[in-house]
Amino acid sequence: MARAVTANRKMINTAIAWAVGLLIFFPILWTILTSFKTEAQAIASPPIFLGFDWTLENYSIVQERSDYMRFLWNSVIIAGGSTLLGIIIAVPAAWSMAFVPSKRTKDILLWMLSTKMLPAVGVLYPIYLLFINLGLLDSRFGLVMVIMLINLPIIVWMLYTYFREIPGEILEAARMDGATLKEEILYVLTPMAVPGIASTVLLNFILAWNEAFWTLNLTAVDAAPLTAFIASYSSPEGLFFAKLSAASTMAIAPILILGWFSQKQLVRGLTFGAVK
Amino acid sequence: MATQHSRSAARLMMAPAVILLLGWMLVPLTMTLYFSFKKYLPLRGGDLGWVGFENYVRFVSSSAFWPAVQATLVIVGGVLLITVVLGILLAMLLDQPMWGQGVVRILVIAPFFVMPTVSALVWKNMFMDPVNGLLAHLWRFFGAEPISWLSEASMTSIIMIVSWQWLPFATLILLTAIQSLDSEQLEAAEMDGASPLNRFWHIILPHLSRAITIVILIQTIFLLSIFAEIFVTTGGAFGTRTLTYLIFQRVLESQNVGLGSAGGVYAIILANIVAIFLMRIVGKNLDA
Repeated sequence: MARAVTANRKMINTAIAWAVGLLIFFPILWTILTSFKTEAQAIASPPIFLGFDWTLENYSIVQERSDYMRFLWNSVIIAGGSTLLGIIIAVPAAWSMAFVPSKRTKDILLWMLSTKMLPAVGVLYPIYLLFINLGLLDSRFGLVMVIMLINLPIIVWMLYTYFREIPGEILEAARMDGATLKEEILYVLTPMAVPGIASTVLLNFILAWNEAFWTLNLTAVDAAPLTAFIASYSSPEGLFFAKLSAASTMAIAPILILGWFSQKQLVRGLTFGAVK
Repeated sequence: MATQHSRSAARLMMAPAVILLLGWMLVPLTMTLYFSFKKYLPLRGGDLGWVGFENYVRFVSSSAFWPAVQATLVIVGGVLLITVVLGILLAMLLDQPMWGQGVVRILVIAPFFVMPTVSALVWKNMFMDPVNGLLAHLWRFFGAEPISWLSEASMTSIIMIVSWQWLPFATLILLTAIQSLDSEQLEAAEMDGASPLNRFWHIILPHLSRAITIVILIQTIFLLSIFAEIFVTTGGAFGTRTLTYLIFQRVLESQNVGLGSAGGVYAIILANIVAIFLMRIVGKNLDA
């Protein structure tokens, strides 16, 4: 039942909520605006909000000077590769836990979750050493593996909570009709599981894209993704606000857009199904 | 019904995930434990033999240890306080009927999707820069002397940046929880003459308690290991060296692996204490 609300009250709610929303969003908006200014306008006093000469030069400077596209490509490969690999490994595991549960399923799930709690810094040197010895330091393959592993528990959990919502009777009916295990997975389960898998892919791509402990510590030049590229602006030379803004805008735009599609899954994914 | 055949198939399907995670957990953990009992300086002589618990004692008795513990607690506690309190208020606000609710939601959630290095650098330069930052302009506008945020108010600055990143997470989860509240119960209370404050205290807050606990536990685990935000802003200077950052410096900057590993073991124990509580809640939810 909808609560009866006066138009007046609704107007006040709207005004407060929009003001708060814009205040929280403001740093992002300011970054996007600044990316279209010249460096001089970016530090003008008093600050210019909209009345500046819009320019795209920062974007081309960032690309020319530091080969932005290479970092972008590394981010795509690392986030995409680790998510894809994680899904391939997690789907069978989550499937079996959801549909053929045993006494130990709960323990295995909780144990997987516990590996996620391991503080990265506690195993920094071992991983660093292994990377050196295996020749993986500053390689995309190495980062794909590490980021896949840190997100694997979340992927398994999300898929598990989605798979558990698929009624088991349908699978039994398919089995009665003589479907083999392979057919059951391919023709019965997969179509029903696609939305859940898609949400899992989306959230994990976002998490992998923004990961900034291993990407900062295990890359130098060749495999550095956008997180590391942006970090290089922490010791800049000369005027750089507009260029920093342009680089930042390009680094966050794809994820902001993906993120808007994944708001609902965010809650489920990050609370391991404890809040839906 | 699960047959013998499907059971063994199930085990086989689980195997890759279980084996990978087992390896990911055991191999580095064993190595960290191993190094923590050694004097190991890769750049100054390498493995210099077993030293028993010396690294553990030295890590906690070094002059950097207690300030690091304090910095960690202040950052985690400060961010938790801000995100939970503001998160509850925001969630209640967003739950009200209004125009353009979907858009406001998007605006509020957006910071969560900004990568940590971007949010830290944008705040550091474009807002907190003592000369050209927006906050400096704002201070001057009101006739006040601009603050050099990251050196004079370093902890406040880090807490502000990290809270901005995590407020969306708290808000989103609390909003989800609020929306599951039975509105008839609230209406009944309203009709019985309960004041808004009473309704909040006796109906909304108890209903949110589980979600609040989850927010606190999950955020604590992530906040204990914040790294990029400090790495690109203060680099651990001005009293912002957290436990995580101290271990990072010991291991990679001064290459004292034995000492850093002992610190790592402390960090793992600390995180596990928090994790046990979280796992209990999540585990209970599995049975339901």
